[in-house]
Amino acid sequence: MSEKGMFGVSGSGDTSGFSGLVNSAVVTGSTQRPFGAYFDQVADDLERAYPLFSDAIEKVVVDRGELTLFVKRDRLFDVAKILRNELRFEMCVGVNGVHYPNESGRELHAIYSLLSITRNQRIRLEVCVSDNDPHIPSLVEVWAGTNWHERETYDMFGIIFDNHPGLTRIMMPDDWPGHPQRKDYPLGGIEIEYKGATIPAPSERRSYR
Amino acid sequence: MTTFIDPYASSQETTEGRVYSVTGGDWDSLVTEIGATKEERVVVNMGPQHPSTHGVLRLILELEGETITEARCGIGYLHTGIEKNTEYRNWTQGVTFVTRMDYLSPIFNETAYCLGVEKLLGITNDITERATVLRVMMMEFNRISSHMVALGTGALELGALSPMIFAFREREKVLDIFELVSGLRMNMAYVRPGGVAQDLPEGALSKIKQTVKDLRHNFKDNEKLLVGNSIWIKRTQGIGYLDLAGCTTLGITGPVLRSTGLAWDLRKAQPYCGYEDYKFDIPTTDTCDVYGRFLIRMQELEQSLRIIEQCVVKLEKLEGQPVMVADKKIAWPSQLSVGADGMGNSLNHIREIMGESMEALIHHFKLVTEGFRVPAGQVYTAIESPRGELGVNLVSDGGTRPYRVHFRDPSFNNLQSTSAMCEGGQISDVVAAVASIDPVMGGVDR
Repeated sequence: MSEKGMFGVSGSGDTSGFSGLVNSAVVTGSTQRPFGAYFDQVADDLERAYPLFSDAIEKVVVDRGELTLFVKRDRLFDVAKILRNELRFEMCVGVNGVHYPNESGRELHAIYSLLSITRNQRIRLEVCVSDNDPHIPSLVEVWAGTNWHERETYDMFGIIFDNHPGLTRIMMPDDWPGHPQRKDYPLGGIEIEYKGATIPAPSERRSYR
Repeated sequence: MTTFIDPYASSQETTEGRVYSVTGGDWDSLVTEIGATKEERVVVNMGPQHPSTHGVLRLILELEGETITEARCGIGYLHTGIEKNTEYRNWTQGVTFVTRMDYLSPIFNETAYCLGVEKLLGITNDITERATVLRVMMMEFNRISSHMVALGTGALELGALSPMIFAFREREKVLDIFELVSGLRMNMAYVRPGGVAQDLPEGALSKIKQTVKDLRHNFKDNEKLLVGNSIWIKRTQGIGYLDLAGCTTLGITGPVLRSTGLAWDLRKAQPYCGYEDYKFDIPTTDTCDVYGRFLIRMQELEQSLRIIEQCVVKLEKLEGQPVMVADKKIAWPSQLSVGADGMGNSLNHIREIMGESMEALIHHFKLVTEGFRVPAGQVYTAIESPRGELGVNLVSDGGTRPYRVHFRDPSFNNLQSTSAMCEGGQISDVVAAVASIDPVMGGVDR
């Protein structure tokens, strides 16, 4: 017997999310010059300081007043060094991971938010790697402050930052299986044991059929 | 060596060498046992349950006598998976989650998150001025209550009890204002995408004016106790040294950065919520130490009061203006109000949806259960929290739930400087150094 939704909804019809979410991919196009605001100036300065610019930068996206440079993984370390030393982006305020399971070959994204106090400007670097080869060079040598942020991104997404001085889990216990922020990792995936009885994980507990 | 097993100070062999567990009680057997070993190096676990580590922070200290040769932090004991949870809730419900991250500055978490959602929606300029001023006022009150905990517990950890009593007395006054305005004292979920949950109740402004007056008067008590106090100075001056180069490479912001003499405050440098329209100063010191950070926090209290006073003037002029965006497809449908038993739905709204308008009921139901759609994209918004740059990375896939919410919490980042501040110093100074970073573990672990 096949079950139909109570109200005849199509799709998962799930408003709780507990029976698994269906996510659509986020597609971002690329932006052509002029980028507007101070972004042209940043791009010019980077091109001048780094002759391999066109080879290293996959695409430039300007969206909602923010500049994102998509950097090739092999060039990331060089670009970061130039941005810090020549363009004076003194701070990398954080590293953030995002998992896009539908983007085959580019499932894992690492996003670096950079801040220049001298220029009073912000830009963002984005690096895309595949699930099968989740290696990105570590930027701890350039900005020491990325240390914990890279550990967090490794912990949550399984992105391996090469040459990191101590890439271990930071939030989850050391022997934890899986990387919780990936989209294929269920919410509340562990059973809770209390006084001998086991309460199923939320992902197993509820179903809206 | 004795074969007697002390329940408070036992030891066991591990792969890392002999490990001694000390949980209080009689130390004599431990002292004899350690005295028998040749090893000079001692590794001490301070925390995660320790009264002077600001919550469940674990410090792993390697000692030579009283001197620290290596200091490491162990975190994650308060990890609650808030970021993951928000992906399973709609954008408005996210506020209720993020407010619980850094529990000492809930309004900042909410505002940073809402500014991000509004940027994704493209309605940043549609937020009414009254809502923005209310946000600013609540943020500055929150800065005071957060600094009060930082100062009070910081002093307590160094053995000064009275400042804590005074600090928590003032914090209570601020929490009363929070209760009056939002119905809740902590984790208010007061700031919502599109505005704030509800307008000020009757007579709130006069209460706020009185509180500002009281606070300004009472701050002097702590000032008299600590500023220039010779014991306090000996415990804090030259301790926890971190200069500008160290701060920039470690990404340190907030009072720690301003204690190096750099007046970097996002409220001035990259204004949001109309901060460019307020008159206030950025206190700095150039001592790079714990005492400097303490002085900065003390002076920031007065600056926050100045901003609140300007907010009150603005709010008097903006009386009657809505506090939620006009777009009915985004604005929370029910008009909330604070009643005798806390915050709840306004009875007028219930009457309308239950008795008068079917369409209003459908609209309410759709917006509350499913939520509004947010155009696909990615934004980063940053605001100046009491601890430094609080950044929010938001990714939307065009749906009614966030695709990814990531908080760049200042405590998480700033705690990295523990090694730089503590190594080479005395073990008792670790407490002062960590207190000057003012980490809140709810924000660190999220």
